[in-house]
Amino acid sequence: MFIHFSVLTEHLDRYLIGLGGTVAASVISLIASFILGAIIAVFRITPVKPLQWIGTAYVEFFRNIPLMLIAFFVLVGLPLLTGAVLVPFVSGLTALTVYTSAFIAEAIRAGIQAVPKGQMEAARSSGLTYIQAMRHVIIPQAVKLVIPPLGNQFLNLVKNSSIFTILSASDLMYQADLINSDTFDTFSTYIFAALFYLILTIPLSFGIRHLEQRSQNVKGVEA
Amino acid sequence: MKRWSKVIGISLAVALFVSALSGCVKQASEDEGTIAKIKKQGKVIAGVKYDLNLFGLKDPATGQVQGLDIDIAKQVAKKVLGDENAIEFMEVTSKTRIPMLKNGDIDMIVATMTISEERKKEIDFSDVYFTAGQSLLVPADSPLNSIKDLTKDSKVLTAKGSTSAKNVREAAPDAQILEFENYAEAFTALKAGQGSALTTDNALLYGMAQQDNNFRVLDETFTEEPYGIGIRKGDKEFAELLNDTLKELKDSGEYAQIYEKWIGKKPI
Amino acid sequence: MDFIGALSPVNMQFLLNGFLITIEVALISIAISFIISVLVGTVRYAKVPVLGKLFAIMVETIRNLPLLLIIFFTYFALPEIGIKLDKFTAAVIALVIFESAMISEIVRGGLNSVEKGLIEAGRSSGLTAMQTLRHIVLPIALRRMVPPMVSQFISLLKDTSLAVVIALPELMNHVQIINGHNINYVIPTFLFAALLYFAINYLLSIASRKLENKHS
Repeated sequence: MFIHFSVLTEHLDRYLIGLGGTVAASVISLIASFILGAIIAVFRITPVKPLQWIGTAYVEFFRNIPLMLIAFFVLVGLPLLTGAVLVPFVSGLTALTVYTSAFIAEAIRAGIQAVPKGQMEAARSSGLTYIQAMRHVIIPQAVKLVIPPLGNQFLNLVKNSSIFTILSASDLMYQADLINSDTFDTFSTYIFAALFYLILTIPLSFGIRHLEQRSQNVKGVEA
Repeated sequence: MKRWSKVIGISLAVALFVSALSGCVKQASEDEGTIAKIKKQGKVIAGVKYDLNLFGLKDPATGQVQGLDIDIAKQVAKKVLGDENAIEFMEVTSKTRIPMLKNGDIDMIVATMTISEERKKEIDFSDVYFTAGQSLLVPADSPLNSIKDLTKDSKVLTAKGSTSAKNVREAAPDAQILEFENYAEAFTALKAGQGSALTTDNALLYGMAQQDNNFRVLDETFTEEPYGIGIRKGDKEFAELLNDTLKELKDSGEYAQIYEKWIGKKPI
Repeated sequence: MDFIGALSPVNMQFLLNGFLITIEVALISIAISFIISVLVGTVRYAKVPVLGKLFAIMVETIRNLPLLLIIFFTYFALPEIGIKLDKFTAAVIALVIFESAMISEIVRGGLNSVEKGLIEAGRSSGLTAMQTLRHIVLPIALRRMVPPMVSQFISLLKDTSLAVVIALPELMNHVQIINGHNINYVIPTFLFAALLYFAINYLLSIASRKLENKHS
């Protein structure tokens, strides 16, 4: 009725380029956010006070401002401050990573701190250094707790990567905008874009739910 | 297929809900000629832009609308009613202007509207009062002097949903085109160094260059966009009056004054 | 950088006006989404036939889409099928659609967390299923939902900035307009806007933590 399949068939190549952009943006940002998030999480739990402050400031600041603001800052503010002009796609990755790493840092910190304190003390008194205790005792347990929230952040990344379009970086949303400029069939164009998003996100969110249930069952058995 | 019908289902549900909330559309039919209508009203109602520097821009401090379109519209009021201030301005956008004219909300459109065959099916136009065309806005010290100077390393910024991107792709197939949400964002990105040039109608570009003299507009245009005054279809009497007005303005040199006042140089 | 020019009284007023629209859109959307979410979440929890399944499909579809796409769709695509909305209404409707899907999941999760023993106790003391839900399950569940709900409200407040793509005159839009005036205003304006967003969201998150500690 309102939907014209010709929009899909004639512009399938663009939708697929966009889909590739969205997948690349989400995967690269997830890896980068995990690395940055892990560093910030370590800052937050070290006994060194100034590092704690930096970690806390980072998490609280970036969790509480909009991604859109960060994206515009990378587009306009960063080149003015540093003279560095990034390729649009890299601008997008930078914005997503800065934002998402704050949430991942928090998930990692919560995971590590959920491991009972006694275990750290036991490990230290059995002769392990702080680093060794972290590596061999605390982190392996924390990882299990961190995986479900990480999955959720990945889902958010797929959705949030749609801000690439305002940076003129090629993702699904940007390609949809371009298709729309050609077809003027806004309704059909974005319905198909939505469909491509769902192809990515629905399996992802079912996977996450599965992981969450499994980790809850594990906790249930232990308790 | 299943997911598909879900999406449609949701859209329809939202659609039904919302359409129940929305109001009805105003209808108006005008059988009399525009000149008679204007005389009865005692004023000309002109649809103009409020957001376009140099053509139709509303000053938030004074509430006055100013620009080349405004000055041309005032001359029409002077011709019909003998008083250039016997005029009321109403804001139109590219989307609303034709429906508002047809509804009788406005008597004429003086809003940087390009005369096109497609639009001529809906409304009539006066003669050309300004020839615009797509050009490039570049930093004042840029080596670019022509669209031909764009290379594969050039990034050209523009706004989505416009024909500008398509035109520049044809004129400079090698250049990289970056499309932003609107011209304001594209211009800010240009200022921040995200591109080598910004492209759209020179009418818009002159406004930007006037705002920030670190930028200049190339003299060359690579499309031609003749602007005309839009009026209701079939109103020959009003069309003739507009054309007479424009001709008198050009002959007397008043048009050249208006042009130079806004564009900053003499008409070509 | 020009802090004095960028944050002149006129510009400050302009930014604060935008912030007011941000808050207004957020509050209206929060109120409507909350009501819809409690209804949808409860229907899904109670496994009401047909309606429960229908809501499940709607929620799963909507929460798996980018909000940016929904905003865009509401404002630019719906007019093609005859539904014209002004920017404010379009933004609120898009936010309500998306956030209701997200928050209804929180409501459902909260209801599911209520121990089965309590429900059985309620039923065996003579309450109907409806009464048990209203007087026992909902009050407990609502209290447990406070922290995730507040963090979703914070998301909503941040998400209002996405409406910049339809030029809703909220804070982000006003930041862009001031940035357009003078390139030296960019950094100070960004900092000021970040401060506004941060202040309100940080206050909300502190309030939520206080509430959480009080209950636990």
